Amino acid sequence: MTSHWKAIALAGVASLALGFTVRAEIKLGATLSETGPASFLGDPEAKTLRLLVEQINAKGGIKGEKIKLTIYDDGGDPNKAKTFATRLVEEDGVVAIIGGSTTGASMAVIPVAEEAKVPFISLAGAIEIVEPVRAYTFKTPHTDKMACEKIFDDIKKRGFSKIAMLSGTDGFGASMRKQCTAVAPKWGMTILVDETYGPKDTDMTPQLTTIRGNAEVQAIVTPGFGQGPAIVTRNYHQLGIKAPLYQSHGVASFSFIKLAGAKEADGVRIPGTAMLVVDQLADSDPQKKVAKDYMTLFEKATSQPVSTFGGYAHDAFAIFVDAAGRAKSLKATDIRDAIETTSKLVGTTGTVTMSKTDHLGLDLDSFRMLEIKQGGFDLVK
Amino acid sequence: MMSDFLQFAVSGVTVGAVYALIALGFTLIYNASDVVNFAQGEFVMLGGMGTVFALQAGLPLPLAALIAVMGTAMIGIAFNKLAIERARNAPIVSLIIITIGASIFLQGVVQVVFGKGIHRLPAFSGDEPLRLLGATITPQSLWVIGGALVVFAALYLFFTRTITGLAVLATANNRFAARLAGIDTDFMMTLSFGVSAAIGALAGVLISPITLTSYQVGVPLALKGFAAAMLGGMGNPKGALVGGVLLGVLEAMTAGYLSSHYKDAVAFIVILVLLSVKPQGLFGLRTVNRV
Repeated sequence: MTSHWKAIALAGVASLALGFTVRAEIKLGATLSETGPASFLGDPEAKTLRLLVEQINAKGGIKGEKIKLTIYDDGGDPNKAKTFATRLVEEDGVVAIIGGSTTGASMAVIPVAEEAKVPFISLAGAIEIVEPVRAYTFKTPHTDKMACEKIFDDIKKRGFSKIAMLSGTDGFGASMRKQCTAVAPKWGMTILVDETYGPKDTDMTPQLTTIRGNAEVQAIVTPGFGQGPAIVTRNYHQLGIKAPLYQSHGVASFSFIKLAGAKEADGVRIPGTAMLVVDQLADSDPQKKVAKDYMTLFEKATSQPVSTFGGYAHDAFAIFVDAAGRAKSLKATDIRDAIETTSKLVGTTGTVTMSKTDHLGLDLDSFRMLEIKQGGFDLVK
Repeated sequence: MMSDFLQFAVSGVTVGAVYALIALGFTLIYNASDVVNFAQGEFVMLGGMGTVFALQAGLPLPLAALIAVMGTAMIGIAFNKLAIERARNAPIVSLIIITIGASIFLQGVVQVVFGKGIHRLPAFSGDEPLRLLGATITPQSLWVIGGALVVFAALYLFFTRTITGLAVLATANNRFAARLAGIDTDFMMTLSFGVSAAIGALAGVLISPITLTSYQVGVPLALKGFAAAMLGGMGNPKGALVGGVLLGVLEAMTAGYLSSHYKDAVAFIVILVLLSVKPQGLFGLRTVNRV
């Protein structure tokens, strides 16, 4: 028995000693939905983080210290995300957490990060993550409210004001529907028809027929992601509806065009990021180089097309690296202070300027209105 | 508003035809083994995904579809041989749980082998919608409806005109008596699983151009197909057809005339009410327990 205890004591001392020698590493944690229903978010996000960490370590790390990245796969389950976040702060001793691919997972991580005083950069959409502002919680993607405003802004520019909405009943679609309904009056929009569809529904022609039946509808807004929006687009084409169709930033990717079909999706407008139209950006556009570099890195390593979602992870990592470089020390609290003073940091999603009252740091201009033309995206000027 | 009604009807019948095919798959296996096979949706998924990847490998569409359907039939047979037959003496509940396990297993395998992306098959005869009294219908919808009709007609002939079909019915009726009459009941079970899987896969091939496919399309379709089978009466192919189309039309009409918010709710309330009045479903036989 005594030898048993000795062994444990020895192991403890050894690990302590080891702990000291590996102290010169910056420990970064992430909990992402690499598998499960939100894997189309978590998969490119995880790949992006691994690539970027590898790249920065090859260049010597931050302030000469390498980054050690720990990624857990929460499968989109908020309970698992919470467990993994706890493990990251208590066992892995990370100085920052990136992740929560979905809003649910992110909301579960927030209390853990706030209590442990570890900065947390979420990759999920909903506005609830940063409103009200919490000391340690930040996020990179545009909010669904901004997407609504961008769409309404474009509809207004076309001289329209009467719209129909067809929203998915999944978390994303429901949240965006709520936000759009809330900001519609501010932009002078009247919602004449308000329909929904289930995320696993296979045919939306009944809803679209109802919308078509209302002659006053001038534009259709369809919050949702996954396969639903592609089916809506195909049904919209089938019914020969004339009012222009707006999809959400949740499907701003080339795979959406492939799914919906280039001919069926022609003319559909989507608020998206600069990355999708990188070649059409002016050379003076600061986002051009950032987006291009990330695209090259990702596509070369994975031979998959980049998505907006991987871009969110890219930006979260860029914010972390920038903050760690500026921070007084590499302690979690100092990194948090530095993140809050992020200024004019160019990412794939937009140019980020944080403040005490704004933990997102993006404005409406960071969204680009895109139109699908001949199987590609066209920047709407 | 005739054209609107027609549009809702077209939508309902197309979706309903899919539910009917899945319900039919449930029915075949239930008849042969008393098992409700919750992996039925995975057969649909395998048919769609298999065709997508055979197509990507450069095969022409008909051949790709054939390979996917045959491959899925083999998987159905293997599933029966490796999992169901071996647990033959276990209670029915255990067998049903085995099918849920198989469903999760198949999803996992497809996720690893084919990836997590969403895919679409090209429509068989173009994407240009046809016009019919103010309503529009895609050629693919006609394929789905036609495919379902052909499958039902073929099965009807099989069960009424062939000796093997009658043997399957006999097995379903009374396994012990069938065995005494010299029917190889194990073979009939295998056959049922194979045919059921093939029908599921065919449904998957037919609908993928409309509904798109990914590793996780199976479960929601299986639930709707199960509801359709219950509505029509579990174990009756005619019930599967009527139940499927009824459920599809009910959903489309609710979405069209009431509100899409209540689409699923109305469909399931109707099923609940109907089953409380007629627990065996529309065409189900009343089971009599002799004491």
